[in-house]
Amino acid sequence: MAEEMNANGDNGQSGDTRRKVIIQVNELKKYFPVRSGLLQRVSAYVKAVDQVSFHIYEGESFGLVGESGCGKTTVGRTILRLLPATDGEVIFDEQNIFDYNSSQLKQMRRDMQIIFQDPYSSLDPRMPVGESIAEGLKVHTKKNSQERFDIVVEMLTRVGMRADHARRYPHEFSGGQRQRIGIARALALRPKFIVCDEPVSALDVSIQASVLNLLKELQADFGLTYLFIAHNLSVVEHFSDRVGVMYLGKMVEMASRENLFRNPLHPYTQALMSAIPVPDPTMKKKRVILEGDVPSPLNPPSGCRFHTRCPLVFDRCSQEEPPFKDYGDDHYAACWLLEQGESTRLPGLTWLSERKEAQLKSS
Amino acid sequence: MTVAKIDLEKLQEEAMALDKPEPILVTYWKRLRRHTLAVVSLFTLIAIVLGVIFGPIIMNQMTYFNVQKGEYVNYGRDIQDLASQNASPSAEHWLGTDELGRDVLYRLLIAGRLSLTISFAVVLMRETFGTFLGSVSGYYGGKTDTFIQRLTEFIIVLPSLPILLTLASITREIRIPIIPAEWTQAVIIIVILSALGWTGSCRLSRAMVLSLRNQEFTEASRALGMSNLQIIIRHMIPNTLAPIIVSATLGLGGVILVESALSFLGFGINPPVATWGNMLQDVQTDMLTAPWKAFFPGFFILTSVLAFNYLGDGLRDALDPRLKL
Repeated sequence: MAEEMNANGDNGQSGDTRRKVIIQVNELKKYFPVRSGLLQRVSAYVKAVDQVSFHIYEGESFGLVGESGCGKTTVGRTILRLLPATDGEVIFDEQNIFDYNSSQLKQMRRDMQIIFQDPYSSLDPRMPVGESIAEGLKVHTKKNSQERFDIVVEMLTRVGMRADHARRYPHEFSGGQRQRIGIARALALRPKFIVCDEPVSALDVSIQASVLNLLKELQADFGLTYLFIAHNLSVVEHFSDRVGVMYLGKMVEMASRENLFRNPLHPYTQALMSAIPVPDPTMKKKRVILEGDVPSPLNPPSGCRFHTRCPLVFDRCSQEEPPFKDYGDDHYAACWLLEQGESTRLPGLTWLSERKEAQLKSS
Repeated sequence: MTVAKIDLEKLQEEAMALDKPEPILVTYWKRLRRHTLAVVSLFTLIAIVLGVIFGPIIMNQMTYFNVQKGEYVNYGRDIQDLASQNASPSAEHWLGTDELGRDVLYRLLIAGRLSLTISFAVVLMRETFGTFLGSVSGYYGGKTDTFIQRLTEFIIVLPSLPILLTLASITREIRIPIIPAEWTQAVIIIVILSALGWTGSCRLSRAMVLSLRNQEFTEASRALGMSNLQIIIRHMIPNTLAPIIVSATLGLGGVILVESALSFLGFGINPPVATWGNMLQDVQTDMLTAPWKAFFPGFFILTSVLAFNYLGDGLRDALDPRLKL
């Protein structure tokens, strides 16, 4: 689909010239000040997102993974200007969204929407869901209440709910239904780009699949682009076209799904992969167990942020920060071993290809 | 066996028809109805309000035999009957008379007009102001929050009774045009009590908004492009309403009590203008000989304060869509 929408101008830095970049994030930084003492002076910064760069092609779904606290949600919120960025730029429609004036920002709000993680707090408990869905229409269009209601009904049916649900309150619905309502709200303005902030991680596994399939259908029908934030690698593998892996506020690897899951370059990605459960009890699994905890983002390690836990660490890692660059086929990573042309393969890892085979066998 | 065909569209239409939007007040009423005490209170309050509005009008058409004048006269608060001071309840004076021979029932009803007006006006003003300010404070946070909270604290630490007394005596001479002279004091009291009383609802709504603004629906509204003011009005304030309504109804009783205390001390509404509070003035001496003079105003204060509280309790449940009744 994305291939069909041939670019009128590739404004990204990627080597793939066929596809149009819809969002280009350059060296995005988000520091949260930590205040302490009597005068509440800023004593330190939590570097939640530190110089993250990536791009998303039109019509694709870009997965962003990493463990909790690595800054992936912050990236999502900053891109939507729900949080002010400390530094960096986000190019949308050939313009930096941080330079938008208020009317441009309003237009941007129509084009970019978000679906939240927690279906219980993402709907106003005192507002009938129909009104919640119609809220964006109220702000951005001059439609009267009947026209708004028609759109609400259309959206509700589109996400698999009934029209008469519009007048009910959020507490009358289950988690999965609420998530569908949240999706309807995001869709009502017909955005181009949606940040899905762990949209299924709060849901029951049996519901997860149906919501994911709904998101896929909607993507095809409305020509949406997703930034899909998740910590469940299986979900990302199922859902995303390209995947970025974050660790402690940094992007460590970014590649197409196939490349990333078949040939993970960064040691951290490999360790993550080895943690994916395989539904085959007979299969012997070797896992890479990372030692220690994630360091504090208040005081991140020098050089490569992963060097404190990396099994392949050597001197240079703690001294200099590895560049995040393309190692061929749009496969980005940040590791000194790659830069020096050496192998980053972790010893003793059960390879994904084998696991895939095992999966196929078991199914 | 034939299987009935299910016409989905028709089912949908039927569901829509069955689910016709009920006026929201009807829904609230249905939910309130299950709270017996609140309904009883509501009707008590309606009866009191109707009584104080229409009671004096009706009584002005009725006559009684004024012993001092030796003739039939209308009930009226200024008509004294020194020949029947502190008379016990009778067919002519249902609730007895006071030390000047005035009909207690008539004065109670007239007093109710003022007492209820004052308490409604004060509560309306201070809850509106307090809720709005508190929501703004909690929503914006930072310097705005600090400023509003320090202001709130400043007003809270002011010793309210001395201030009220001082202000009441300073403003005693003020005459506001348009408003009848006997209501001027009431207006001043309303302003003073509102100006000093908004802190409670301000803190309450701030605390609520602090937790609400971090919920994802607030962020969703921002992502939809709503302005901060729109979010405060459409999301923050409706969500803080339940405790505010309870505090408002508790406050209604409280204002009646404060006004009573002020009037009792002679700094509120002065006789001959009657309020439930100042009718209790000087009754200690007659407690044993004419207990109706203390009992009935006290009874009205008690009844209305209690009724407001129960009604508030019922409303809190009725207005909260999350609670299943």
